[in-house]
Amino acid sequence: MSVLLIAEHNNKEVKPFTQNAITAASQIDQDLHVLVIGKNVDAVTKSISEVPNVKKVIQVDNEIYENFLAENYTPVIIKQSENYSHIVCSANTFGKNLMPRVAALLDTSQVSDIIKVISADTFLRPIYAGNAFATVKSNDKKKCITIRPTSFDPAPSTGGSAEIIKVDGSEATTLTKFIKREEVKSDRPELGTARIVISGGRGMQSGENFKLITSIADKLNAAIGASRAAVDAGYITNDHQVGQTGKVVVPDLYIAVGISGAIQHLAGMKESKVIVAINKDGEAPIFSVADYGLEADLFEALPQFLEELNKLNTIQK
Amino acid sequence: MKILVAVKRVIDYNVQVRVKEDGTGVVTDNVKMSTNPPDDNAIEEAVKIKESGKAKEIVAVTIGEDKAQETVRKALAVGADRGIHVKVDGIVEPLAVSKILQKIVDKEKPDLIFMGKQAIDDDCNQTGQMLAALLNYPQATFASKIEVKDKSLEVIREVDEGLETIEVNIPAIVTCDLRLNEPRYASLPNIMKAKKKPLEQINATDLGVDTKPRIEQIKVEEPPKRKAGIKVSSVAELVQKLKNEAKVI
Ligand SMILES: Cc1cc2nc3c(=O)[nH]c(=O)nc-3n(C[C@H](O)[C@H](O)[C@H](O)COP(=O)(O)OP(=O)(O)OC[C@H]3O[C@@H](n4cnc5c(N)ncnc54)[C@H](O)[C@@H]3O)c2cc1C
Ligand SMILES: Nc1ncnc2c1ncn2[C@@H]1O[C@H](COP(=O)(O)O)[C@@H](O)[C@H]1O
Repeated sequence: MSVLLIAEHNNKEVKPFTQNAITAASQIDQDLHVLVIGKNVDAVTKSISEVPNVKKVIQVDNEIYENFLAENYTPVIIKQSENYSHIVCSANTFGKNLMPRVAALLDTSQVSDIIKVISADTFLRPIYAGNAFATVKSNDKKKCITIRPTSFDPAPSTGGSAEIIKVDGSEATTLTKFIKREEVKSDRPELGTARIVISGGRGMQSGENFKLITSIADKLNAAIGASRAAVDAGYITNDHQVGQTGKVVVPDLYIAVGISGAIQHLAGMKESKVIVAINKDGEAPIFSVADYGLEADLFEALPQFLEELNKLNTIQK
Repeated sequence: MKILVAVKRVIDYNVQVRVKEDGTGVVTDNVKMSTNPPDDNAIEEAVKIKESGKAKEIVAVTIGEDKAQETVRKALAVGADRGIHVKVDGIVEPLAVSKILQKIVDKEKPDLIFMGKQAIDDDCNQTGQMLAALLNYPQATFASKIEVKDKSLEVIREVDEGLETIEVNIPAIVTCDLRLNEPRYASLPNIMKAKKKPLEQINATDLGVDTKPRIEQIKVEEPPKRKAGIKVSSVAELVQKLKNEAKVI
């Protein structure tokens, strides 16, 4: 029995969540191999080979894999899958898009978004926006699993030296053509892995007002999140959305500003270690999960917050 | 052009879901049920395309127990022309749903298949991708904008990094995000009219699809509860607590 993990990367670097998925995958089975599919990915392969938990790295390098199309990835994974009992991947948009296409062709019922490995065939996963946890046992011979990365610690990234093998890819798809990616570049920490996240909701009233959040994020070296309502209203781009249909975050500190706390939002942040809510409505459901609730108008509270932070002589970053 | 839309009946998104005490699932008795929210967006998009003159027929399909028909009726009330209900009792996993849909596609030969990106009950996010695999069709997942071209679709997808644009050949599968459009409400006259639209019923067994779950649900339990927090009276107190009590800043 061995596990095959599909690495997520940008052709240059491994995405940080691959490290968390490695931890989960090696809990399923120690014999963990990683498949790197991409264009000019020698550096990615090398860095994964240095992860101590990884026993072997398989590299498939071709320009047709530059944009990670599931239609191109799938035949490669199917071919490699023969030798493995488990095919696993992070449950982010990359893995969510890819894994079911693989699972269907292997005639496997996929287990999505696991938050705990109970045994090699039994897992814990949230359902109903995290309002229930299901313990599920997969009875398929080959198992396809996606992993909620924030539920597992990142694996140490250096010290190992796994064997590297290179294999050929398949033919390019004619079904789908990649056109472009609009990536929002920022110097801030990534939302998924940041130690502190400060999020704004509909209460912010405009994109312009998000600068109140930005200046606090700068001070705390925090990532910026948002509710679906704030994204829908165009205050901020979709990559900031936290929740059931957005990103899941588990920072040390989550600050929710002008967010009511709908279950779909809570689904993405309620595992955070410390939660702060700033809301002018004392009855807002967000207060039921907040360790520290401040009932206040955000337009007064946020400038004061920044002022208080400025007074501190040290800030842990 | 013909568009097939898959709609699922789920517990309404506003309901506070409760876990059954015996650990076998969640309480569904006397609980409000609705169409899975992004499936409403899928129907809406199909109707808009039909209104633009680019599609002739919209077929709405659901898989589930008898009451799942309500979901099809709702789709008919907002503009679908015909409905199909594939009857199965109990849990049907995405793999089985996609196999059933494959049979329906073989029969109906739609040009486009629209679905939701995720069902809000099982949170699987699988069915569209699986159906695309079984049919060897392209997949445009998490769509927030669709442009119909001659023999293809240009689709903007919401991904973790931001937005991605792809072009997929027709026939294609699209899974819809909530931001794709603003679903309309069914007017009373249209609800009445929908009652007369054709709704075909098929048994899953007649399609030759094995729907027996492959995944055993061993236990469903409540997630751990957070311990109650406190209200602070000022920003200064908040910052002091974060610094000295929680030690997070
Ligand atoms: C299928 C589905 C999936 C969804 N997925 C997600 C998801 O992934 N993420 C998500 O966030 N939502 C999601 N939603 C939407 C969710 O149900 C809520 O509608 C949304 O989270 C509300 O956002 P909000 O809290 O910003 O807005 P509102 O609910 O409108 O709350 C605004 C809050 O701001 C407060 N406020 C206003 N002015 C001020 C002020 N001056 N000072 C202080 N406080 C103020 C108000 O008291 C209120 O509590 C989903 C919904 C559905 C149906
Ligand atoms: N039983 C069902 N009947 C009709 N459509 C379904 C069913 N299950 C899933 N779907 C479709 O597949 C999408 C994704 O569901 P899931 O893979 O379960 O998250 C849904 O939004 C529906 O469009």
